[in-house]
Amino acid sequence: MKYEAEVKISLKKGMLNPEASTIQRALALLGYEVEGTDTIEIIKFTIDEESEKIAREEVDDMCQRLLCNPVIHDYEIEIHPQ
Amino acid sequence: MKIGVIRFPGSNCDRDVYHALELAGGDPEYVWWNQKYLSDFDAIVIPGGFSYGDYLRAGAIASITPVIDGIKEVVKEEKPVLGICNGAQILAEVGLVPGVFTNNKNAKFICKRVELKVTSTRTPFTSMYKKGEIIQMPIAHAEGRYYTKEIDKIRDQDQIVLKFEGENPNGSIEAITGVCDESGLVCAVMPHPERASESVLGSNDGLKFFEGIINFK
Repeated sequence: MKYEAEVKISLKKGMLNPEASTIQRALALLGYEVEGTDTIEIIKFTIDEESEKIAREEVDDMCQRLLCNPVIHDYEIEIHPQ
Repeated sequence: MKIGVIRFPGSNCDRDVYHALELAGGDPEYVWWNQKYLSDFDAIVIPGGFSYGDYLRAGAIASITPVIDGIKEVVKEEKPVLGICNGAQILAEVGLVPGVFTNNKNAKFICKRVELKVTSTRTPFTSMYKKGEIIQMPIAHAEGRYYTKEIDKIRDQDQIVLKFEGENPNGSIEAITGVCDESGLVCAVMPHPERASESVLGSNDGLKFFEGIINFK
């Protein structure tokens, strides 16, 4: 069965996010005074596995081996049947 | 002494490192990313560049290539392994050195000569400097801010090799810009010793990094 997988990668709480602070400063230049700007990376793909559980385990493996760096990242996985 | 210079698609300091190793009296040889057997080499240098376009994170994709298996073997054989700039990011991604090199605090690519303090001389690469010696080498990176959760551990185990002196341009924790593994044989540095290896480049402060490899053992 085919599943749509989505991995959301964010920096661990307390980690400096220079991209987000640059965006926040740029928004301020336009007159938008916002706070708590953050960025999240999303990686999407389709995966063919026997069950949703196996698909999730497989994607979790990918996160740990390549998609994320455990030193600085947290991640969330979403799996939906295609 | 035969020294492997690793090349990935996107490496761009490979020829500079090759030249610096020759200046130091070594016998360098290029090694492509898909080569797995490296045990004929006496040492390995991973040069800088933008392997795989820095996609995902700097060094992330290079960290899962076959040559990394070969480098892990070389580490087991207790031979010196040096990662410079992108090479340092790769070693951190593989987990051969602690921590990570991530986006600079000011979110800019910083390219300039900086002052550095040699804080450990137990690695082959820093063995020819004096502890506490101030040297000048260039940095050129957007992802060089060093971060680790294990700051006390690496300090206690003498794994901090280089620190920025004076200004901390990228916001690294404790101004650290070079670290080594527990053995001291695997070393990751963001500054470019090969770009400071002959006086025509304005400084030859970096040449001892390569001479230290040749003098190893």
